[in-house]
Amino acid sequence: MKEIEENGGENSSRRNFLKKVGIGVGAVSLAGIAGTSVIGSNKSKSGEKIKLLSPDGKLVEVDKDDIKPAKEIVAELKSEARKGLQGRKFVMVIDLAKCKNARKCVEACQEGHMLPKDHEWMKLYLLQDDHTTARYWFPRPCFHCDKPMCVSVCPVGATYKRDDGIVLIDNQRCIGCKFCMTGCPYSVRVFNWKDPEVKVPPGQAYNPETNIPPLEGTVGKCIFCADKLRNNELPRCVSACPMGVLYFGDLLEDTVTNGNETVRFSKLMTDRAGYRFREDLGTLPSVYYLPPTGRSFPVESGLEDTDESVKGRYKNAGPR
Amino acid sequence: MPTEKQLLQDLTPEIEKTGIRWYITFSVFFLVFCVGIYALIQQIDKGHIVTGMRDNVVWGLYIVNFIFFMGLSYAGALISGVLHLFHTGWRKPVIRLAELITVISLVIGPFFIFFCIGRLDRLPFLVMYPRIQSPITWDVIAISTDLVGCFMFLYLSLIEDFAILRDYNDLDVSPWKKKVYKVLSLGYTGTEKEKKILKNARNVMAAMIIAIAIIVYSVLAWIFGVTLQPGWHSTIFGPYFVIAAVFSGTGLLIILMWIYRKIYHLEEYITKRHFVNVGVLLTVIAAFYGYFTFSDYLTKWYGSIKMDSMLIDKLFHDYYALFIFANYVGILLPCIIIAFPKFRTIRNITIAAVIAVTALWVNRYIIVIPTLETPFLPIQDTRPDWIQYSPTWIEWSLTLAGISVYGMLFMLVSKIAPIISISEMKEEDKTEIMK
Repeated sequence: MKEIEENGGENSSRRNFLKKVGIGVGAVSLAGIAGTSVIGSNKSKSGEKIKLLSPDGKLVEVDKDDIKPAKEIVAELKSEARKGLQGRKFVMVIDLAKCKNARKCVEACQEGHMLPKDHEWMKLYLLQDDHTTARYWFPRPCFHCDKPMCVSVCPVGATYKRDDGIVLIDNQRCIGCKFCMTGCPYSVRVFNWKDPEVKVPPGQAYNPETNIPPLEGTVGKCIFCADKLRNNELPRCVSACPMGVLYFGDLLEDTVTNGNETVRFSKLMTDRAGYRFREDLGTLPSVYYLPPTGRSFPVESGLEDTDESVKGRYKNAGPR
Repeated sequence: MPTEKQLLQDLTPEIEKTGIRWYITFSVFFLVFCVGIYALIQQIDKGHIVTGMRDNVVWGLYIVNFIFFMGLSYAGALISGVLHLFHTGWRKPVIRLAELITVISLVIGPFFIFFCIGRLDRLPFLVMYPRIQSPITWDVIAISTDLVGCFMFLYLSLIEDFAILRDYNDLDVSPWKKKVYKVLSLGYTGTEKEKKILKNARNVMAAMIIAIAIIVYSVLAWIFGVTLQPGWHSTIFGPYFVIAAVFSGTGLLIILMWIYRKIYHLEEYITKRHFVNVGVLLTVIAAFYGYFTFSDYLTKWYGSIKMDSMLIDKLFHDYYALFIFANYVGILLPCIIIAFPKFRTIRNITIAAVIAVTALWVNRYIIVIPTLETPFLPIQDTRPDWIQYSPTWIEWSLTLAGISVYGMLFMLVSKIAPIISISEMKEEDKTEIMK
């Protein structure tokens, strides 16, 4: 994802931690090596110096023993996760002509976010607007609306909108009133009705950008893989899609990519007559759809190589 | 008109003595309450998975009960507030009951919200991190104000009675009760100045609780109204909910009048006249309520908006029995019973009230649930059991527990305070003489 890389490392949160311990950016990779030593201990120093870049851009030398890993402080992570990546406005474009219900996006999402099996942040609908019109597969992530109903109605500020357009949930704040779930017109949000029983890797601090672990009695939803974006990577569903259905990018840079091809967002919208789902609701989604014209696959192929349980859910799919 | 002495003789026995029937009824209520507590423990232990609520229908019986109980609290606002301000003479024997309905409903209602939220331990967050944009925050402010206001209004009307009971030497109660009366009467002796202050305070509070009550129920309606969901997103919801609330509150008042009249032998005080008057009030409100219901559904049914049509379709098919009961039977039958003088017996009016209150509960149910079963994107779920909502025994037991606590609180209060306001009745006595 070239555009994002050009923008420069968005490691601002890590930088802040590093400032705290007074060590440069380079320490991140070395932290693991020197992880056991402690500043100010009575042990004699190794004498071995390591060159590092300080936050203000100077090259400095630090004794190897003085280096200790930056600790991830939940409060810091959370305050960074509230701000978002400055100067970005993330958008997703979904090409309905290419989707064949391969469900790789759903799997990658569930795995990456350690979701319980029955939780799907990305959902695949089989829609048909009327009996006179065509059926089509409809992947639905969170729309990260610019006028999000869910954020407006949250009584405690657990769900919020960031500068970069992403809507996140702090599940350490969420009281589980489910008002956001009734507020969202796209059924995006899921509730942890029971203990999700997710085994979190040791040492991982809670961060709304990963939303790991999911917590009983709180709400979860697609987070546009905010953690991946911070590391200049594409969201998991976008990378996982074998058909290149999902494009992701930055509206301000007017570029989106599906991992294989990178295209001008505005041109794509014009050429393919992109639209947003239920524009009339006025929620201003950040997710755009390209109509299923000139399909790569017939709709029925989406039902071919799928589980019975998956097939079952589309039994009643039809015109509404 | 009864004198104070006679009033005391008639109304204090229930405070002095407690019969075996009282204990039996109370035990039954307590047992149901315990089952509810067990259900709640199950829910806290295993999570909300034990309820019937799932990702589509995220609000179930709990929210239905919440808005239902909050609606009942309107009895006080209307009967005691409005009738107080208009100096309606006949209100006096039923005013205490109405005020009790208000306060007790306001105490019970919010508990259903507590059952509904996923993280009960984070309840203080509502006050710690409030966001004024959220209608839930409006609700927190409105309900707490209403509770304080209505409690004050009730207490103001109790002070005189406590003073009378304190000064009544023949009162045969245990010393602690006498002490309670002494403390709660705040040294009121009934001088002209004290009377005037109390009267002014009650007038102010009567006006205030009417306003607050309208705000509370409108805010409750707006929790639904501000969302984009079909069936909820309606401009009429504020006034519609207010009228519905008055309807149920008035209905419950009639039911409680009947119960107390029967059990505490208040035939002399609560007469047929009261039933007819409150009944006529119920009919008038039913007409308004029916009108609102009709215009809300008519506009949805007549138009061609897809989501509205789908909802109406669901209501007329999957929910047709409930729909007919709630919106036809529940409104028309009470009207018919009360409108024709020959049907107007105390028993019939009470039956009409029971139908009205039950129908209103069902009406709340078919407002909350079918909308959630009709989302903008069709429900295509891997989990078929997650699609349709049906309440589990946990939810039903907590509902019944709420009703039993309601009953228990009424039973307990009637052992401390006279269920008919002695001071009010006494006053009526005086004004009658003056005339």
